[in-house]
Amino acid sequence: MTNTSQINVEKRGKTEALLKVKDISLSFTQYASGLRQTDLKVISNLSMEAYSGEILAVVGSSGSGKSLLAHAILGILPSNAKLSGAMEYDGHDLTQKKKEELRGKDIVLIPQSTTYLDPLMRISSQIIGSVDAKNADSRMKLQREIFRKYDLKPEVERMFPHELSGGMLRRVLVSTAVMRSSKIVIADEPTPGLDENNLNETLSYFKDMANRGYAVILITHDIEAALKISDKIAIFYAGTILEIANTDDFTGEGEKLRHPYTRALWNALPQNKFRAIKGHQPMQDEVLEGCFFYERCSTRNEVCSKCVPDLKICNGGMVRCNNVS
Amino acid sequence: MNYRKLGIFMGKKTIKLVFLLIVVCIASFWIVEQSPIDPVRAYIGEMSIQPEQKAKLEEYWGVNTPAHEKFLNWAENILKGDLGTSLIYRMPVTDVVKERFAASLLLMASSWLLSGVLGFILGIVAGMTNGTLIDKAIKVYCYILLAAPTFWLALIFLLIFAVNLGWFPVGLSVPIGVASEDVTFFDRIHHLILPTITLSLLGVASIAMFTREKLIEVMSSDYVLFAKARGEKGFDLVKRHGIRNVALPAITLQFLGFSELFGGAVLVEQVFSYPGIGQAAVAAGLRSDVPLLLAIVIVSAVFVYSGNLIADIIYEFVDPRIKQQEMKT
Repeated sequence: MTNTSQINVEKRGKTEALLKVKDISLSFTQYASGLRQTDLKVISNLSMEAYSGEILAVVGSSGSGKSLLAHAILGILPSNAKLSGAMEYDGHDLTQKKKEELRGKDIVLIPQSTTYLDPLMRISSQIIGSVDAKNADSRMKLQREIFRKYDLKPEVERMFPHELSGGMLRRVLVSTAVMRSSKIVIADEPTPGLDENNLNETLSYFKDMANRGYAVILITHDIEAALKISDKIAIFYAGTILEIANTDDFTGEGEKLRHPYTRALWNALPQNKFRAIKGHQPMQDEVLEGCFFYERCSTRNEVCSKCVPDLKICNGGMVRCNNVS
Repeated sequence: MNYRKLGIFMGKKTIKLVFLLIVVCIASFWIVEQSPIDPVRAYIGEMSIQPEQKAKLEEYWGVNTPAHEKFLNWAENILKGDLGTSLIYRMPVTDVVKERFAASLLLMASSWLLSGVLGFILGIVAGMTNGTLIDKAIKVYCYILLAAPTFWLALIFLLIFAVNLGWFPVGLSVPIGVASEDVTFFDRIHHLILPTITLSLLGVASIAMFTREKLIEVMSSDYVLFAKARGEKGFDLVKRHGIRNVALPAITLQFLGFSELFGGAVLVEQVFSYPGIGQAAVAAGLRSDVPLLLAIVIVSAVFVYSGNLIADIIYEFVDPRIKQQEMKT
């Protein structure tokens, strides 16, 4: 890579995760009827790890709370959100204060749509961000360099967000992430509604980032896109991660996959069996005692309905299922 | 900017204004015609008069000509630029309106600026501190201002600052007993302060509440969330994204407030005996000065219309998003 700006990390040992998310739960306080408050649990006991130089795809259906996971890591949740559990960054506790310090520097977000850009601010000001005068010049240079790299014309920097085409917008949003020499990139649904060419191009940016040593967390509902470039796939279901599998595990009829839901997801793809399983994800206000997948599982037994299975390490991946040893 | 577009826009607006003025003229003339005003009585005041003399005057003034003929005569003179003679000031209406409107413009412009700036700042502060004691204090302050009638506030201010504390004069726009060439600039400012503050108070409340709501909305938007994710925070964040997105609608609203400003000026000028167009309007109404009243109606219609016009121009031509849509269609 020719980009001189990246003082990025040398590939660290694969054994040590850059970001560890340990057993986090997220709930919102809501007024149900009248003054009665209820807690709406959107993420429960979620654990995952992100490694430098790797792409971790968090795959789950739309509206299941995946974006909130990204917001939780960045510490930009709304004030009525309650977050429990722990996070670790580079061996240190990732507290809210630490998150505020790191966000935009070490940890960056690539948002999903044009609504995440200020409609009245020119593109270059948004990419460069808030800087004091003495850094403005070097930032400007860096931004031009990045624009060249991502094939964005110089006049784009004077444009307003509504003037961008879909493809340009994608590249602009990616540009915001590489302005800083960050270590973790969280991309929230970066590929909605893109055609084949644009999709592959966008995915290649993430592959490129991972090659340069970033830890990339790709949040998406598109498992096919995720499989193209990711190293690991985390299956997000009903607010938790049921399985973290290596991309190579997705082969054949899914024999190597650990969780029945992952297998069902894999077999539902058109190029595989194209077979959907019955039922739907539990709603966020449902109180679940057993395994979140119990209702739809084909291999369930009595234990599954009683308590939530622990996250177990299995064949180089992780799984939350009682039937796996 | 697209000058051709602006030209067409202004052309359309001018035609609209002409129609508006025609309708306003007909309506107000009709209302005055229906009122039990006796122009002869208004002219001679309380003097006693012989019936023959009265009949002569009536003939001279054309009291008994049919209404539509009266209107056409009046309209013809207006088109020639002759607004008639004011019955109470005994001078051409044009001169009265010019003099009065200049004084009012000074008062309205200064209070318009004051209410805009103060209201915007209060709104930003309240929006930033949403939910805290500061925010609540500003909100309560605004509600009180909105609920209190302007003339009552004017009286209270007069009582406190002019009568009890004696900081400001009780009325008029210049000191009494001073030759007009000796009136200093400071004298004028000194007389202007209290009416200006009173008149601006109402505007402060509406702009502050609007700015507050808008800022809270902007600060919970996706783009502010993303700006936070990029490490922006505190006042810098509000400055870069909040104020930028709130300013344009707030300025637009402030221009739309021209009508309230004019209405407020009528009351404030009355209380402070400030010789402006509002006070002239009240005097003309109470003392049946029909030519002056009609002239003021026309002038105020143009004034309010231009405020709305400026708001429209900002909306259509300054906001980059609207510009883009115009280009597409």
